[in-house]
Formats: sequence, structure tokens, C-alpha cells
Amino acid sequence: MNGPVNGPPGQVPDRDPGLQPERTRLAWRRTTLSGTVVALLAGKTALAGGGTVAGIVAGAVCCVCWLGILRIAHRRIRVLAASRVPGALVPRRAGAAVLCTVVMAVCGAALVLQG
Amino acid sequence: MHGVTDFVRNIRLWFAPEEVRQEGGTPDYRFSLANERTFLAWLRTALALIGGGFAVDQFLPDLRWGWRVGLALALLAAGVLCALRAVNHWVRCERAMRRGEDLPVSRFPALLSMVVAVVAVVMVVVVLVGWEG
Repeated sequence: MNGPVNGPPGQVPDRDPGLQPERTRLAWRRTTLSGTVVALLAGKTALAGGGTVAGIVAGAVCCVCWLGILRIAHRRIRVLAASRVPGALVPRRAGAAVLCTVVMAVCGAALVLQG
Repeated sequence: MHGVTDFVRNIRLWFAPEEVRQEGGTPDYRFSLANERTFLAWLRTALALIGGGFAVDQFLPDLRWGWRVGLALALLAAGVLCALRAVNHWVRCERAMRRGEDLPVSRFPALLSMVVAVVAVVMVVVVLVGWEG
């Protein structure tokens, strides 16, 4: 750990030499991109279903879940940027992100079955 | 059975962060961030499977209804499983790191890759054979 990248010994480096927070931030960003693709596909499925009430509701729920993932990612990215030694992800946030994903899939199943 | 009881116990931990924090010592933040990125990679895999389910439904309209809906639902279900397993494995890794235990091993990656392979082969056969039907 005390290689030349870290600077002179005894001096605290002003960044993680492995860029761990940055890589984690980009991983969250990629995840929001994947979520966006799913939300777009869900929107297309909902509109292609002929605009039934159930279809529109399922599509809207998917959009809310997408916003939820965006919000979780945004807050986590801010935490990662705020501190040089960021704390671990809170399980409740991880659970919430997974919940949004699962609800999207359930709405997807409803859309596929009614379409 | 052991896996099921473990899973139920872990579900409780997803929503009780203070219990995870109380166990053992705080690991190097870089290990936690690496674990978080692994979790996110699995979550993206889950989102990709769910997106694949939507795509099968939307972009293979010439398939028979049963095949199309069956494949789409299978992909959506795989996505749900993958997402639940992602957070469960993340919690288990986080706890193992706090307690200084070995990281949990898992059959899930092998299982998922076999399911994806089977679905891919079925897709090829269905598209080749069932295109007209």
C-alpha cells in the first residue's frame, strides 16, 4: 500500500489510489442506465397494449420504480463524493433498490399477460 | 432447508442496518465498496434479464402467444430471483467480512449461466422452427 502512487510515506494521500469511490459511483451510474432501459421498454409495452387502464397503471408504477432507483443512486453518489473514506452501503437502501427492481418485473409480468 | 432459514434471517437484516453494524468490526471501506459494486453488477444482470423479458414480448410478435409469454415470464422471473439473490449475497458477504469469516460460496452463478444457456438455445430453436407457426 505504500508504493510510489501514495506519495511520500507518512503523508495521507488526497485520493484513494485504487479510485474505489469513483468506480463505485460509476457502477451506480451504469445501474441507473440499465434501469432506464427497462423503464423505456416498460413504457413501450404499456403503450403497445392499447392503452388499457391496467396497462397504464403498470407502466406508471414502473416509472415510479425507475425514479426510486434514480433517487437511491443519486443519494449514494453524493455520499461517495462527500467523504474520502465513505461508509458502507446501508442495507435498507440496497433492499429498496432491489424492491424497485422486483416491482418493475412484477409490473412487467402483468403487462406481458394482459398484452 | 438450511438455505431457506438463512434467507429468511437475511431478509430481516436488509431492513435492520443497525444489526449488521453491531456485528464484528468495520472492514476496510474498500472491501465494502467492492462488495457494493458486485451487488450492483448482479442488480444490472437482474435488470438486463427483466429488460430481456420485455424485449421478447415486444420484439418477437410473430411467435405463438404461449411461447412468447412463457419466455418473457421466464426471463422476468429469472430477473426477480437474480435481484433477490444479489441483495442476499451482499448482506452475507458484508456480515462475513465484519466477522472475519470466509466469504460465502454460491452455486447461483453456475445455475444462472445454465438457465441463460438453455433459454438461448430454446430461443434459437423457437425462432427457427416456430417463425411461421
